[in-house]
Amino acid sequence: MALQPPITDIELLKERPAVACLQSSLPEALQAAKFDRDELTLWIAPVKLIDALKLLRSSTSTRFTVLADLTALDWFPSEPRFEVVYSLLSYERRERIRIKVKLNSSAPSIESITGLWAGAAPFEREIFDLFGIRFQGHPDLRRILMPDDWEGHPLRKDYPVEGYR
Amino acid sequence: MAGIDQFRSKPAVETLGGSRTMVLNMGPQHPSTHGVLRLVLELDGETVVRIRPDIGFLHTGIEKTCEAKFYQQVIPMTDRIDYLAPLTNNLAYVLAVEKLLGLEIPPRAVWIRLLMNELTRINSHLVWLGTHAMDIGAMTVFLYCFREREEILKMFEMVSGQRMMTSYFRIGGISMDLPLGFLDYVKNFAGYFPDRIDQYSDLLTNNPIWIGRTKGVARITKEDAIDLMLTGPTARGSGIDWDLRRDMPYAGYEKLDFKVPIETAGDVYARYLVRMAELRESINMVKQAVANLPDGPIKADAPKIILPDREKMKTQMESLIHHFKIVTEGFTVPAGEVYQAVESPRGEMGYYVVSDGTAKPYRVHMRGPSFANLNALGVMCEHNLIADVVAAIGSIDIILGDVDR
Repeated sequence: MALQPPITDIELLKERPAVACLQSSLPEALQAAKFDRDELTLWIAPVKLIDALKLLRSSTSTRFTVLADLTALDWFPSEPRFEVVYSLLSYERRERIRIKVKLNSSAPSIESITGLWAGAAPFEREIFDLFGIRFQGHPDLRRILMPDDWEGHPLRKDYPVEGYR
Repeated sequence: MAGIDQFRSKPAVETLGGSRTMVLNMGPQHPSTHGVLRLVLELDGETVVRIRPDIGFLHTGIEKTCEAKFYQQVIPMTDRIDYLAPLTNNLAYVLAVEKLLGLEIPPRAVWIRLLMNELTRINSHLVWLGTHAMDIGAMTVFLYCFREREEILKMFEMVSGQRMMTSYFRIGGISMDLPLGFLDYVKNFAGYFPDRIDQYSDLLTNNPIWIGRTKGVARITKEDAIDLMLTGPTARGSGIDWDLRRDMPYAGYEKLDFKVPIETAGDVYARYLVRMAELRESINMVKQAVANLPDGPIKADAPKIILPDREKMKTQMESLIHHFKIVTEGFTVPAGEVYQAVESPRGEMGYYVVSDGTAKPYRVHMRGPSFANLNALGVMCEHNLIADVVAAIGSIDIILGDVDR
């Protein structure tokens, strides 16, 4: 199976239920889209994240009821530096989708989704711990893997692999 | 603070150790926490008011280390995530990289991967059953389970030279073909293993003490299970009819015939029944894989990605160059990102691999099933007795390497 070039034109992807759903009900949320290696990625405006996730979860054409994974990426030194990545899964439609939001490097923060999926709480703590991204409205945003008095956020690209010595 | 709401509001730390409740520290050096899990228990008499898991004692920064390794060098790291199911982790990672590369692997490698994967599931479930039963007081089961597990570890050693940290799969295939006599060994094992499952079952399933300790204990509802991102047997014990092997087949699982056991009670006993039924399904899948194993190559035809055979390397200049290049410079992977999830013995094991077009992964994120499943402990144990906490931990089958990474 040879690799197909990614499709990044939203017009070509509007047949997809998730894109169609967002375009009709929440058009200002969708910033960009990419279909690559059978996986659909949507970039959502950070302020519209909660609305978009709620919509994708409840709309009968998408039904992304399950949050499979939650993580982040650091594109240092480019801006916007961070991406928070939400992997959603639909049990009914047997389909996955990846939702991303871009965040700037100065005081990166995004609204917590613990109101939608309670299980996201430790995942958000992990991202806070390792990337230093803050989640507004998180009930208990503390470090989770590193010691409480640790300095720096190890998964940032400007953090050396051997640590600071 | 009741049930699932504890995740949505700030825990009242100041009330810990107040006049009514007592705070008890369990672990990190406690035998029934299956590793280094620390639980801060808030108790009212013998009743659990709240549990706060404290993790990170086994954090080794594997995700960061992966970013400094070539793609092929990441495989041994994946063994150490979930050390009871090393081959499942190998599989998830190599599938993700193969998807990034657009690489197709030959049928014999596909079937060997299926075979080894189901043996891994049996291995993992046997350790779970043995330790879970021992935590609750049934010592005998532990000894029986480890007797059979030893046979599976011998098989791992036969194929890879290692009992636990196998690193057997490679990007584009597997490292070596099966050794002589291996299939007979597996066939022999698959012949008597169903009887051994009956033995474990006879010891526990209708045992009044076992039922008393597990039935109705540490319940979790279907809605809470989805809300808490639970997967695998822990979720299937609460009636979630979802198994990635059946519903989103990967690595050739669509070729196998199997059922997905579901229980609806959502208690420790239900999760026990699900895993026991999975043992039977897995040994059936092992039999199918042995029966269907085709002949042929075990590595894809991609000389720039897969190390050449020793023979070719020593006789052909081109192979020697490829070998040198792969070992010293790695191989580049086209830019892109992939989330590959597999059904590990514990649930959804997801590998999110991002490539920026170089020979080293830009980011490797492991979505550990234990990390998510550990969420459930606080909800499960609320208003249960402290003695049942041990049963609950056993029933969600966490691996701390998988939680902390």
